[in-house]
Amino acid sequence: MTTRRQFLKASAAVGGGLLVGFRLGAPETAMAAEGGDGSSEAAGGFQPNAWVEMHPDGRTMLTISGSEMGQGAMTVIPMMIAEELDLPWGAFDTRFAPADEAYSNPALGAQVTGGSATVRGFYTTLREVGAATREMLMQAAANRWGVPLSELRTEPGVVLHVATGRQAEYKTLVGDAAKLEPPENVFTKDRADFRIIGKPMKRLDSPQKVNGQAQFGMDARPGNVLMASVERCPVFGGKLKSVQAGKARKAANVEDVIELDYGVAVLARDWWSADQARKKLWIEWDEGELADLDDEAIDAQFRAGVTKYARPARTEGRGADALGSEANTLSATYRVPYLAHTTMEPMNATASVTEAGVTVWVPTQAPGSVQQVAAEIAGVSPEQVTVHTTFLGGGFGRRFETDFVREAVTLSKQAGRPVKVIYSRPDDVQHDFYRPAAYNELSATLGDDGLPVAWVHRIAGPSIWSRVAPGMVKDGIDPAAVEGAADHPYQIENIAVSYANVDPGIPVGFWRSVGHSHNAYIVESFLDELARRAEIDPVEYRRRLLKDDSRHIGVLERVAQMAGWGSDLPEGQAQGVALAKSFGSYCAEVAQVSIENGKPRVHKVFCAIDCGIAVNPAGVERQIHSAIAYGLTAALSGKITIKNGRVQEQNFHNYPALSIDQMPEVEISIVDSGQPPGGVGEPPLPPLAPAVVNALAALTGKPVRSLPIDLG
Amino acid sequence: MAKLTINGRSVSLEVADDMPLLWAIRDYIGLTGTKFGCGTGLCGACTVHVDGAATRSCITPIASVDGSEVTTIEGLSSGGDHPVQLAWVAEDAPQCGYCQSGQIMQAAALLADNPDPSDAEIDTAMKGNLCRCGTYNQIRAAIKHAARTDMAGNDGEEVSA
Repeated sequence: MTTRRQFLKASAAVGGGLLVGFRLGAPETAMAAEGGDGSSEAAGGFQPNAWVEMHPDGRTMLTISGSEMGQGAMTVIPMMIAEELDLPWGAFDTRFAPADEAYSNPALGAQVTGGSATVRGFYTTLREVGAATREMLMQAAANRWGVPLSELRTEPGVVLHVATGRQAEYKTLVGDAAKLEPPENVFTKDRADFRIIGKPMKRLDSPQKVNGQAQFGMDARPGNVLMASVERCPVFGGKLKSVQAGKARKAANVEDVIELDYGVAVLARDWWSADQARKKLWIEWDEGELADLDDEAIDAQFRAGVTKYARPARTEGRGADALGSEANTLSATYRVPYLAHTTMEPMNATASVTEAGVTVWVPTQAPGSVQQVAAEIAGVSPEQVTVHTTFLGGGFGRRFETDFVREAVTLSKQAGRPVKVIYSRPDDVQHDFYRPAAYNELSATLGDDGLPVAWVHRIAGPSIWSRVAPGMVKDGIDPAAVEGAADHPYQIENIAVSYANVDPGIPVGFWRSVGHSHNAYIVESFLDELARRAEIDPVEYRRRLLKDDSRHIGVLERVAQMAGWGSDLPEGQAQGVALAKSFGSYCAEVAQVSIENGKPRVHKVFCAIDCGIAVNPAGVERQIHSAIAYGLTAALSGKITIKNGRVQEQNFHNYPALSIDQMPEVEISIVDSGQPPGGVGEPPLPPLAPAVVNALAALTGKPVRSLPIDLG
Repeated sequence: MAKLTINGRSVSLEVADDMPLLWAIRDYIGLTGTKFGCGTGLCGACTVHVDGAATRSCITPIASVDGSEVTTIEGLSSGGDHPVQLAWVAEDAPQCGYCQSGQIMQAAALLADNPDPSDAEIDTAMKGNLCRCGTYNQIRAAIKHAARTDMAGNDGEEVSA
């Protein structure tokens, strides 16, 4: 990940308006680009690298530089700009950013929405964009009135000169402001002066999401478009050997059948006709090397590799050598399965390849990758690829990938027409990039005080970064595989955490909270096992192992207080606690659980989060509900089963999602540490599963050492 | 060929009898507010009203609704101001929004039948409408909000004693 220096730039917009944005790259490049922009704008061009575009008629356009996948980017990005610009809330339009490096998230070094980074990545940049714009408007007023800048201030939408009572609406200043150089130093507000940041703001996209007008990728419909349903080899890595497509070609509304390396696409006037005709294909596959792979074989690979291929991820003190006598040592094996994402909007992409270039309409978390992939396939330069990022019907990490873009561009190129590829739900479940399965061997030796003196955690599983960006893997350690395990906060004298990269061949990818999604479950559940062995209350046990005054302690104590930890509960219910730091935020949860008909029932989840400054507390709360629901779905039922190299699950009947009657009540407390913002989309997920299983263990006396939860 | 009324407009469709209503609506009529989620009636994203009843359009053959009145999310109100839609906005219910057309159509049908549903009745009516963003607690609040609006004729804001 490289950090690029950023340069503020401003220029005139069409019709005498003002554009302010940051350009990434060397100063020469920035200046050259600035010089070139004037002419393109004079010719009516659109300047895509600006976050703020203001016009003399009062219109203001803000660019949403993150994908809106439900996490509230379309609301929180304007909040950060409008705060410093002193823009009246809601007095602007928004548009989604095109593919352009200028919109790279500073925390990620790429134009990617993920890693719970929209707020924490853009917090400084966007406030500076807003503050610089405001200062330019003030400077324009200062020049006009012949007064020093220091005597001016703003109220939302207005520059004021208090001494003389003069005031000017922003729109009357934008023409003059556009002729000014951006300020060299930008001053942002003190937190005490915030009018917008820290206030619970309602989502700006709700109106169009309740009347059917919000445009998702699924809704793109360029003229003359064909709908594609693709039969892909059910075995990972398999290839198409042969196909008889005569019946499919003759089916109603079918326009084309196109062979791909790994499958066959049927293109029709409507998607249902394409999908029906797909069933008439006679295909012979070359199933490849994974045709015999199943869950047992995968587990055997993990067991065989966990020590053999182990590489140290963290060693403290004497590491594993410090394990003591058997009587004082607890050992356990924990397993988690592969998981699909099942966004409500199945994967899809629409592409139009012409001689002039490519246009792609796609719900994506990575517009830059879409541009690269489309250019590569179509044989054009990236500049010839226009990416329209639509609303995303869920992302959760699945929409970092570009498999659906590859297909749409490949098919459009061959068909010579726009093509929309839609995955059926079984396609979506069976051709995912799955949350990695993981196999974990843990041992801990307890000292006389019941606290661990040695902690050993050996992890085996596939590596995400080895495929996505191999440079991220250092000394055999994929940081995503060990996050939450190698860096747990507990003060233990001797620690050994190792990782063995064992890849059975099932494609893996980012899934909400990534490695934390399994490592928090394993660490926090095993820790509760130790607390039970030591007969020490689990909250107290954690408190003793954490550094005093840490942010971990802050959320742990808050959640215990909220939940009335230790007080009487309704008959048959128990509470479990868990704690995790991820993506810059600290989160502790208590789950209140009972067992009904042999199955866990989660009644209530208490959540305390320290995410630094909560830019939109309403958004933070929604993301906590969301992460709890997503995590609970996985804990209760999430499992991808492999047999004969194929995924067995197909749809919501055998890969269920949480329903409203299973949704726990959620009580939230945001702990205000005053620190810079952390993430919120992912951090509430990791503590959920361990809080639930720790409550179950309190009821049954038995630990839950694999997910999904099976109480047998 | 099927003749039906969609959002008050008469349409004739020259499509296969077994084409699901969902795809006729999306790919031939061109209304895209009704969503495809599972294709087998398992998720509720495709919910529309057929003669007032909440119906999974992805498993409803077009021929079976010949002569019926179909309402989609676009036809629920003229200006997005059905009490359920207003309640959804007031309670800040949507996240990604993809399932919400179906949720709203299901909730509107529930409230038409039962203006003051209990939590258990909300569960029964709504549990077939899946949401992966976890908006369920906001959906529950929005249904109650809309119920208050309908009964009191006010804006549904809770009145504290």
